[in-house]
Amino acid sequence: MKVVIVGGGPAGLYLAILLRKLDRGADVRVLERNEPDATFGFGVVFSEETLGALRDADPETHLEITDTFARWDRIDIRFQGRELSSRGHSFSAIARKRLLEILQERCRELGVTLEFGAEVEELPEADLVVGADGANSFVRGLGDFGTKVRPEGSKYVWFGTDHVFDAFTFAFRETEHGLFNAHAYPYDEGMSTFIVECPEPVWRAAGLDELDEQESLAFCEQLFANELRGRELFSNRSLWLDFPKITNASWHDGNVVILGDAAHTAHFSIGSGTKLAMEDSISLAAALARRRWDLEPAFVDYELEREPFVERTQDAASESAAYFGRIASYSHLEPIQFAFNLITRAGRITHATLGVRDPQFTRALDGWLGGRAVSPPPAFSPFELRGVRFENRFELVEGKVAVSQDGRISPEEAAGPEGKVLLRLTHAGRRGATQPRSRGVDLALADGWQIVAPTKRPYGPFGAIPGAPDEEAVVDAFVTAARSADAAVLEIDMAHGYLLGSYLSPLTNDEDDRLRFPLRVLEAVRAEWEGPLSVRLSVTDWHPRGNQVEDGIAIARAMREAGADLIHVEAGQTIHDDRPQYRRGFLTALSDRVRNEARVPTLVGGYLTTLDEANTIVGAGRADLVLLDLPDTEIERPLRPSRAASLGEVRA
Amino acid sequence: MNVGVGLPTTVPGATGEQLLEWARRADEGPFSSVAVLDRVVYDSYEPFAALAAAAAATARVRLATMIAIGPLRSTALLAKQAASVHGLSGGRLTLGLAVGARTEDFDAAGVEHKGRGKKLGEQLAYIRGDVDGDRVGPSRDGIEILVGGLSGPAYARMARYADGYAHNGGPPRAFANAAGRALAAWSDLGRPGKPKLWGQGYFAFGDLDRGDAYLRDYYAFTGPFAEKIAAGNLTSARAVKDYVRGYEEAGCDELVLFPTVADVEELERLQEALA
Repeated sequence: MKVVIVGGGPAGLYLAILLRKLDRGADVRVLERNEPDATFGFGVVFSEETLGALRDADPETHLEITDTFARWDRIDIRFQGRELSSRGHSFSAIARKRLLEILQERCRELGVTLEFGAEVEELPEADLVVGADGANSFVRGLGDFGTKVRPEGSKYVWFGTDHVFDAFTFAFRETEHGLFNAHAYPYDEGMSTFIVECPEPVWRAAGLDELDEQESLAFCEQLFANELRGRELFSNRSLWLDFPKITNASWHDGNVVILGDAAHTAHFSIGSGTKLAMEDSISLAAALARRRWDLEPAFVDYELEREPFVERTQDAASESAAYFGRIASYSHLEPIQFAFNLITRAGRITHATLGVRDPQFTRALDGWLGGRAVSPPPAFSPFELRGVRFENRFELVEGKVAVSQDGRISPEEAAGPEGKVLLRLTHAGRRGATQPRSRGVDLALADGWQIVAPTKRPYGPFGAIPGAPDEEAVVDAFVTAARSADAAVLEIDMAHGYLLGSYLSPLTNDEDDRLRFPLRVLEAVRAEWEGPLSVRLSVTDWHPRGNQVEDGIAIARAMREAGADLIHVEAGQTIHDDRPQYRRGFLTALSDRVRNEARVPTLVGGYLTTLDEANTIVGAGRADLVLLDLPDTEIERPLRPSRAASLGEVRA
Repeated sequence: MNVGVGLPTTVPGATGEQLLEWARRADEGPFSSVAVLDRVVYDSYEPFAALAAAAAATARVRLATMIAIGPLRSTALLAKQAASVHGLSGGRLTLGLAVGARTEDFDAAGVEHKGRGKKLGEQLAYIRGDVDGDRVGPSRDGIEILVGGLSGPAYARMARYADGYAHNGGPPRAFANAAGRALAAWSDLGRPGKPKLWGQGYFAFGDLDRGDAYLRDYYAFTGPFAEKIAAGNLTSARAVKDYVRGYEEAGCDELVLFPTVADVEELERLQEALA
């Protein structure tokens, strides 16, 4: 078996080691473009989980790697002149150079042929060719892998420093051009990695696009002089970059397989690149062992095993990249909430899991929200809206009422307030006169009433053509309904393509001032209703020609200024053939943006099924109030022996 | 969770007699449904014709398309075909619909591939909304509708018009992920209760190579994914049991296991594996 591995980074070298261990008869060559002592980047991070995998795969290198590790368990967050710490996070890091030395040495010991300064210009002749040649993989370019590359996150630049941090440190520094942030961690007894990041507009405003390598280093050194304690930054071809998110539809083509950054990248802000790469090597070597060098099934095993991990990591990395891109909108948060938001940014750490790692931190957060040293978790903290006090963040119950007969969605709907806590006043607009929702949604009644909308187009297939609304009558109907409402919170429905929602969208309203009529209704209701007033809003139309999130945020801001106390964040349904993105908690990120960019309290649902989600959302300041979709408990099963008995449903 | 079984209508060479025997035995066995796939350019049987025959050979099981490619058919004709199978079977049709994945089927049927999503939406609104119900019989009343697909619009169509979701197969975690999205869409569209969640898988017990070769051939249009699908073929009683347990834990309501070898002994082996 002749194996050529292109790329002598951690993934390529580690695979070479494992393949020689698997088969001493195999001819394994590693072709590396650079010289053995050339290094790019400073330190790389590992998790405990990865270390376990490395120990099992090759105890010899594991021992050497862990011998030179910098280890720490703390995250420090330096924000607005304060420093907050969270413990229990178990990181380790190693100098990339040292890691390569250890792996090169082990390769030699095992009889791997290492060729440095080897520029590969065509696909090498071998039984198995491995592309371990990084994000700009040459090998990948020679095959058909369905590669997609798109930039994500902010501008960033990678430095080293001889200030040895004693924790993973996130530092934030406000400038006249905008907010910069740094990611720093130690990787041996004398050095730390120091990455500086800022959104592209900030980068341009600061003139960094005009500075050369030395000038931009000096800029960063001065900006973070406090964090660096007067120490220097070191450059290693340190240029400002855009992070490329790379995905491939397949990781093999014929006898060629790719791994590590060549196959997939994950934004540096979650520090998983090297970890993923070396885990790929372990998985591929194990698959080749299991399949006795039968390449195709081994590649399939390798991909099937790795894909779910890689996909999860890439998703989390993208969340993290996006978070750092909009970091400026969080600068109004209290430091403790800012820190919790940062720690939970990628969706991998929640209130519950942080509580296990660092109970002190969650206790401090809970205490800050609850107003007592020992407080229940965030979802149970009190909240006040225009003089109305909520005992917890999930007690709102939705009720809805059509403001008029022709504003009903379906005939069986009662017209009259129900006295629920959150009473939504709806006019169905062109989504009216439909069959009951138990049957389906937007199914027109055969003998429906005249529907109205600011557009002449029906909502969905076989829908009726809307007539023009009598705006005076609509305002009167909302005001009358508000006058007789019996509720803790009154809500005006401007979401989901109902009457007022269809005014707001360019997809369904040709008017220039699309807020004109919805604002008029809001102001009229505001004059009538003294309690908390909510506006339910589709923050995005999920359509390229409709309102985008930025538009939705601007609308939310206008609603707040016109007297709304709360924005109930929804998305889509403005038209029936939009392009929604469904998953558990699909509205949380939108609520986060509305709350922190329009600076208005929010209510959010979006299929939240656990109390932990509520605690994390409220704790991180992504919403103030939540609507939970708690499933029936399935703890208890009926005592029936047959397989067909299945799961029992026990209602709480 | 219920377990149904597929009829080998897309396994090349399967005879009409074999298909009816599968249906008959499934009806006598522990299965809750028999299901069929849909494809034009292949040595396969038309799904509604196959289910009409199965209707006559069975008395108990539900008859399901998992899925039928709606937009290949004109809307009124699709409604009529579905309502006919529903009527012929005494109300046992579960109509799974999706947009399909192969352009060659659309080319062969002489139908535009572009706009297939919009057309499926119209078909669902037509069938579920009982549009033209007074003119185009037989009655569509009580047809259980599922929608398949992994895109946002597919989940929205499911939640808007259907009774449940038809997943396209794969490991339980893939099903669980899709089920979460289906439930989120259902909640977003304000539908009461929960959608029925249908899953599927492939199995072969006897001639494994033949089963794998069939899957590679059937899914050749997916390129490298064909190998992964073939790798997921359930080829032992233990694999079937693990799969069933995984789906049950992921909240599946009805799991349909499709044969990759048409021999009717395969059904007996499956029955033993499930016992």
